[in-house]
Amino acid sequence: MDKAATIGAMAPSHAHEHKHEELGFWRTYVFSQDHKVIGIQYTITGLLFLLFGFTLMMIMRWQLAYPMRPIPFVGNWFGAANAPGGVMLPEFYNQLGAMHGTIMVFLGVVPLAVGGFGNFVMPLQIGAPDMAFPKLNMMSYWVYFIGGVAMLTGFVMPGGAAQSGWTSYPPLSDIATTGQTVWLIGMIFLITSSLLGSINFIVTIVQLRAKGLTFMRLPFFVWAQFVTSFLLLLAFPPLEAAGVLQLMDRLAGTSFFLPSGLVVSGRPLLVSGGGSPLLWQHLFWFLAHPEVYVLILPAMGIVAEVIANNTRKPLWGYRAMVYSVAFLGFMSFIVWAHHMFMTGMGTTMAAFFQTTTMIISIPSVVILTALLLSLWGASIRFTTPMLFALAFLPMFGIGGLTGLPLGLAPSDIHLHDTYYVIGHFHYVVAPGTIFALFAGVYYWFPKATGRKMNDVLGKIHFWGSFVCINFVFMPMFIQGLGGMNRRMYDGGAQYIHNAGLLKWNIVIGFGAWGLGLFQIPFIINFFSSIKGGKRVGDNPWDATTLEWSAPSPPGHGNFLTEPIVYRGPYEYSVPGADKDFTPQFEPDKEKPGQSGVGRGGQN
Amino acid sequence: MHSDPAEVKKSVRSYMTVFAMLMVFTVLTVTASRFHLAVPVAITVALVIAAMKGSMVAGVFMHLSHEKRAIYGALLLTIVLFIVLLFIPVLTMMDHIGTPK
Amino acid sequence: MIIPYTVEARPDTGLHNGKLGIWLFLASEVMLFGALFSSYILLRVGAPEWPHGELSVKLGAINTIILISSSVTMVMAWASLKMNDFGKHRLYLLATFALSALFLINKYFEYSEHLSKGEGPWHSTFFAIYFTMTGLHGLHILGGMIVMAYFLGPGAGLWKRNPEQFANRIEITGLYWHFVDLVWIFLFPVLYLL
Repeated sequence: MDKAATIGAMAPSHAHEHKHEELGFWRTYVFSQDHKVIGIQYTITGLLFLLFGFTLMMIMRWQLAYPMRPIPFVGNWFGAANAPGGVMLPEFYNQLGAMHGTIMVFLGVVPLAVGGFGNFVMPLQIGAPDMAFPKLNMMSYWVYFIGGVAMLTGFVMPGGAAQSGWTSYPPLSDIATTGQTVWLIGMIFLITSSLLGSINFIVTIVQLRAKGLTFMRLPFFVWAQFVTSFLLLLAFPPLEAAGVLQLMDRLAGTSFFLPSGLVVSGRPLLVSGGGSPLLWQHLFWFLAHPEVYVLILPAMGIVAEVIANNTRKPLWGYRAMVYSVAFLGFMSFIVWAHHMFMTGMGTTMAAFFQTTTMIISIPSVVILTALLLSLWGASIRFTTPMLFALAFLPMFGIGGLTGLPLGLAPSDIHLHDTYYVIGHFHYVVAPGTIFALFAGVYYWFPKATGRKMNDVLGKIHFWGSFVCINFVFMPMFIQGLGGMNRRMYDGGAQYIHNAGLLKWNIVIGFGAWGLGLFQIPFIINFFSSIKGGKRVGDNPWDATTLEWSAPSPPGHGNFLTEPIVYRGPYEYSVPGADKDFTPQFEPDKEKPGQSGVGRGGQN
Repeated sequence: MHSDPAEVKKSVRSYMTVFAMLMVFTVLTVTASRFHLAVPVAITVALVIAAMKGSMVAGVFMHLSHEKRAIYGALLLTIVLFIVLLFIPVLTMMDHIGTPK
Repeated sequence: MIIPYTVEARPDTGLHNGKLGIWLFLASEVMLFGALFSSYILLRVGAPEWPHGELSVKLGAINTIILISSSVTMVMAWASLKMNDFGKHRLYLLATFALSALFLINKYFEYSEHLSKGEGPWHSTFFAIYFTMTGLHGLHILGGMIVMAYFLGPGAGLWKRNPEQFANRIEITGLYWHFVDLVWIFLFPVLYLL
């Protein structure tokens, strides 16, 4: 009764049909339902937010390196409420801090990694004409955009933007200024966008894979996006609930997070009390821990693709990597309270969370090891994407290893809320994820535009960033081990025990400003290559996965003929083949005319 | 396939049966609350009755009793995480081992 | 450009896209309400005392019966389509809509009574969680009513053009609706009876 439907084979009376007439400018470039346009929208918006969030941090770094000195060049732009005479007030520092974290995580990295790369690449890699729900996809982007704008309005609210950390812990966040309310409203929009997107991704991957594309023939990038989507789907709702509860506390006078007997500025708070600040922490971290895996998994996916392509070898341990990423996804839901070891938890539950945290390091290490082993005996092409992908490996290694003393309660007692934590997570996200995202931009730019980015500018971007970023984050471990607390607007100067550590703030500052300068070649390269880059064909990297069989850039519907998959995703240097790569979409030479769907092939 | 008209006609009977059972269970749960049972017993009774009502709605109205594996898989994962979310937070606050009284 | 498996099922999964989509959405809703139930447990366990008998069990029970009935009319609305009776389908869908409206009207009376006595969400954590959970649930009922109104109104045209797709959409709406009923089946005893 149910016939297998293939692209183009269905009668017009069935299903979801796009008219082939010309859509106007708005429906083509602004309110498009095409996953490629939406992916590019997410990419550009995400990159802009990353730049903005980075700028906030560069300003913070001035205050930390030279506390109470007027900010040069831009000091008078922030107004007397934030920086009278160009000298940053503590409240402004806190705004910059909270918004830097929020923007980088929720408006920058995830929209770029999932919304940008996921949307653009994934349907192409599975041979689909588009996402399962194109209208929903468009909505996801615009809801994200509105959420982002809502968040930014905090800066013009009386009292400034959200300033209770990206973690928004009550009671402080409950009584904070209006900026916190728009933060919460912004979060609700962002979470909604994310939920719609994750449903779309999962349905697309399950339902729209091309003929012959079994799950174990999927590129690792698609597996990474698949697991990431489940994390987003199931972990975000508790934060949405928590956001509603905090909004109720702030606007409806409830006491979900306000304990009894709270006194603010010498006066008791006139609320019912009976609430629990720890309730927020549980609900927040229930999302925020899986969120960090949302940050890293797409990055691992990108690195896997770039490494396989530039080593001209199959990935080592594909199966192990797939099982690991699925296991990692599941474990990520049961480790969250390792962010809460200092909240008075009893030893039994602390032991539970330490155990799960130690276990979760195993699949991470399996994936990293598999990627490292993939380099053994390889013919490495040091293209710009490959440089970033290679750098990811040791950087993620440092980030991961420094997580271990944080995941064990006894050492966490000393390291919690110090700069050690900041060093740890930035190593994973900045020279980790963001480098992987750069690799992805350089790698897939030719598919999206039909032109390559400039290699010289790419290498300047890479080397400059790589050196500077280590100067930014390595000293933080020294500072943290020395006991320097995080979130201090004067850079720690008020504590005597920090005296010997303050000089590192200057090193870090120059690292940060240098890092900023080295993004300029990237920005120039990105925009000038759109029209001026060297023209390339469909498969400039001689890659094996499905997206390289579509035109560069692909048109509406993506593929000129129905894509059929004959083998696994990384058949490089197959013995006896006429070239060093055998694409997934190339029919078998020995038996012409065979559909190839049932053929085993190496996994 | 339960979408076949003849099959659907048979299902209508089961829908009506479930409707009646749901009404009965509603009366039951309200009646049970009148007895002022000890708190743990009251909670157990209420949740067991609710779970039975819920299973009928899910199994019969939502056709979950003959759904596909992909759905079962997604739901199993969800239920596990739901239980984690429900109980682990409160457990972190109830553990007093090692704390002086 | 046509998206495959929008109407008929993909052979290996046995699903059409919308059905998988709605179940995934419901999974996320389980986590949303789960977070609120978790909050309820945490707040109640941590409270020195918890109110009893503050809520009208009568109104709650009546609403439970109304919502269960609406679940039956909803599934019958889909079943009628499968048995090719569009007229019956519309009657059942209208009945579902009407019962939902009745539920919300009852809720309005319930809320007004409490508010007139000064028992708003600010009054205690009990009322805070009561208003939040039933309020969010009520918003979900409202959302369902909007979708039903669409299928009673402009959306009904799809039945003539593509009856199978229309039936799928009603089935999906039904799944959402049953879930809303399911949440109430737990909310009622937890808030009103325990």
